[in-house]
Amino acid sequence: MKMKIEKRLVIPRYSSILVPILSVVVALVLMGIILMVFFYGRLGSLSLAFRETFDAYKEMLTWPFANKYGIFSTLMRMVPLAFVGLGLSFAYRMKIWNIGGEGQLYMGALAATWGALFLFKDVSSPLAMILLISITGAVAGGLWALIPALMKAFAKTDEIVVTLMLNYVAIFWVDYLVYGPWKDPKGYGFPGTAPFPDEAKLPTLFKGEFHVGFFVAIAFAVVLYYIYKKTRWGMNSKIVGDNAQAARYSGISIVRYTIIALVVSGAIAGLGGAIQMMGVQHRLQHGFSPGYGYTAIIVAWLAKLNPIAILLVSFLFGGLLVGNDQLQMFYKLPMALISVFQGLVLFSLLGGEAISRYRVRIVKEEAAHIE
Amino acid sequence: MRNITKAFPGVIANENISLDLKKGEVHALLGENGAGKTTLMNILFGIYKADQGEIFMEGKQIAVSSPHNALKYRIGMVQQHFTVVPSFTVAENVVLGLKEMGFFVKTKAVESSIEKLGKSFDLPVNPRARVWTLSVGEKQRIEILKLLYTGAKVIILDEPTAVLTPQETEILFKAMRKLVSEGSSVIFISHKLDEVLEISDRVTVLRGGKVVGTEVRDSVDRRSLVRMMVGRDVLLDFDKPKTEPGKTVLQVENLTVKNDKNLEAVRNLSLSIKSGEILGIAGVAGNGQRELAEAIYGLRKPVQGKVVLNDSILRHTDVAQRIKGGVAFIPQDRRAVATCPSLSITENVFMKNAYSMYLPQSPLNLNTRAMQRATKELISDYSISTPSTKTQARFLSGGNLQKLVLARELSTKPCLIIAEHPTRGLDIGAMEFVYKTLLAHKERGAAVLLLAGELYEIFRLSDRVAVIYEGEIMGYTPPDPSFTEEIGFMMAGSKRGEVS
Repeated sequence: MKMKIEKRLVIPRYSSILVPILSVVVALVLMGIILMVFFYGRLGSLSLAFRETFDAYKEMLTWPFANKYGIFSTLMRMVPLAFVGLGLSFAYRMKIWNIGGEGQLYMGALAATWGALFLFKDVSSPLAMILLISITGAVAGGLWALIPALMKAFAKTDEIVVTLMLNYVAIFWVDYLVYGPWKDPKGYGFPGTAPFPDEAKLPTLFKGEFHVGFFVAIAFAVVLYYIYKKTRWGMNSKIVGDNAQAARYSGISIVRYTIIALVVSGAIAGLGGAIQMMGVQHRLQHGFSPGYGYTAIIVAWLAKLNPIAILLVSFLFGGLLVGNDQLQMFYKLPMALISVFQGLVLFSLLGGEAISRYRVRIVKEEAAHIE
Repeated sequence: MRNITKAFPGVIANENISLDLKKGEVHALLGENGAGKTTLMNILFGIYKADQGEIFMEGKQIAVSSPHNALKYRIGMVQQHFTVVPSFTVAENVVLGLKEMGFFVKTKAVESSIEKLGKSFDLPVNPRARVWTLSVGEKQRIEILKLLYTGAKVIILDEPTAVLTPQETEILFKAMRKLVSEGSSVIFISHKLDEVLEISDRVTVLRGGKVVGTEVRDSVDRRSLVRMMVGRDVLLDFDKPKTEPGKTVLQVENLTVKNDKNLEAVRNLSLSIKSGEILGIAGVAGNGQRELAEAIYGLRKPVQGKVVLNDSILRHTDVAQRIKGGVAFIPQDRRAVATCPSLSITENVFMKNAYSMYLPQSPLNLNTRAMQRATKELISDYSISTPSTKTQARFLSGGNLQKLVLARELSTKPCLIIAEHPTRGLDIGAMEFVYKTLLAHKERGAAVLLLAGELYEIFRLSDRVAVIYEGEIMGYTPPDPSFTEEIGFMMAGSKRGEVS
């Protein structure tokens, strides 16, 4: 008997659900090993470390998903992830790799702040204010993505590099403003702007634990789902993603589709930034995002670019962010652990996808010689 | 090489091919694209493994398992796409991957020996130059020097002149002569007759994966080579529907188009096709047919000239305008250009629907059910064999995929059909289907531009035959097999009426 690894002709359908789930499980197990090593170093006993790890995991998984307060935190963390994830899916469908979700989120937040504090400060109707700020945020995110879009469409620049680099530009731009001209004079020296006026805050539910941006995210997911499934844009973008040459042959303008894909992608992320400002932060701050834009890349991938699945996965990842906060607080674990965990998920996912393209077959000895 | 057979899924690239190479000769391997020349040489060089057959060298059977292994047998090959590292110097490229390289490159010694080697074989290069600064011809010289440096005695050149200027070609030929005079042997792959006649000692002609014959240079001329390349097995028993040509549908005026290598592939070409007429363009592959088709369809921007469809001038590179105007295009490469492999049959059928409006739909609310239904009808009309309308296009066989393309392109009743090698790689049954379909649309009143390599196909379908050579039309003939010889001359570059 001999094992033989061969390429599958058809990747089974169940693998598209199984692989993401398994990769999260594998990542959790690997993460557990890391935590055990961590605790062993601190406690010096394997059995104590094991118990501590178990407790930490329990805390990390029950608080965000099974506790009333924890769930609200999870939902609020989910919203920016969902917005950026949905935005990214719009470009990824065409195999346009927008890595600039973080920067687009920052630019949306920056523009929202500009609108709330300066541009629309005389608007008194909360509804008008919120709408104006949302549009400003979306436009800013879209314009930020227009830079790599134009470069890709007309100069064939690689969008991965440009979008990634622009993240730093956006983050530093925000830092410049919150440390400099926009710094709140009454802010005790903290790097942040003055708070938003009350008209520019999103309506909340459950004693302020929860803002309506959540419903906007769900609405966007449903609309995108419809666009992907039932519209000409959805179908044509699938063609561009599968075979750009065939798209050209079908009369689709690659230049136009590239630009629109990136701009819409950035606009949705920018809107996410504006909503984060109006719903949670209420002021622009240094480092307000713990890497939502990067985590959203993993979210979009795990969800296979399906908008509804993006909601579910961003809920899961929102919970992991909250759980990580708990670990930080109660177990004094470093913040970077969440990045380690996300990295592990992505590794397992990519590995799992590669593996699912192959299958192992047991062949009889004599057959193996013939090849 | 004896009785070499190699099959790829769907095609037999080499069938029972035997070839012998003598010491000190230039042996040309002549044939159209797809005739199996490169496959055969890739087997000799160890890139592919033959399904059957043996290779002997100086009387001993050898098993070439990889290119590295081939170099041990002193067999070397220069591929069509060069394998040089642009940021390295010439010397570094030559020793790359060789034992002499060691941990630190002994640059000085290598450089001087390359210079010597270059001088002795009339292959002038500067060993210290960075490769990216060099011309295509110089890069090719590096590839050859690389082989000579390893002591290769059998040198395979795969279409080496395709990328060269005439001057560079001269330098190459001089070096080739020098090589064989020093006892090496060269296999020269080409489909250019003049070059083959100029440089080779013997010629082997391949057609459709088989050897047509091996001849000594002096016993052949252009005429006999053409005959061997394109074949004469033209069947005469077919009937063509008689149609009266109507008004002019397509008019191409003074079109000049460049190819991907930025060389002029179509030169100041004009033609016109009437409704109900099939114009067949005959020619050896690579003489501008593809570029002509792509420019007419709007995929490639012409340098100059006009494309006129039903009296209105078309904008260059506006495919959507052509689809709306009723232009169908059956490209040669159906997998890479005409279909999306991972999308379903339905999606492939409706790929162009936004402009062709085969099934008028609101762009904001596609009716997927109507699309499925229409696809099912087309599947039965065109007898495409597939498990369902949701099957990915990649799982269709070549013939079925072509039927799918035909279904999409022709179901809209186009006024102009551009068909580029519409039957390449298909079996007899599918071929007949394609012929019948094209003829039916001609009867309906469509104008057809047929670009094909097989003369049989041209005669079988066309009302007029134009012969293209290096992007120019050499002349027109009636679609009658008695003109085969004359067409052959024109395919080799003589204008009609010129005597040779």
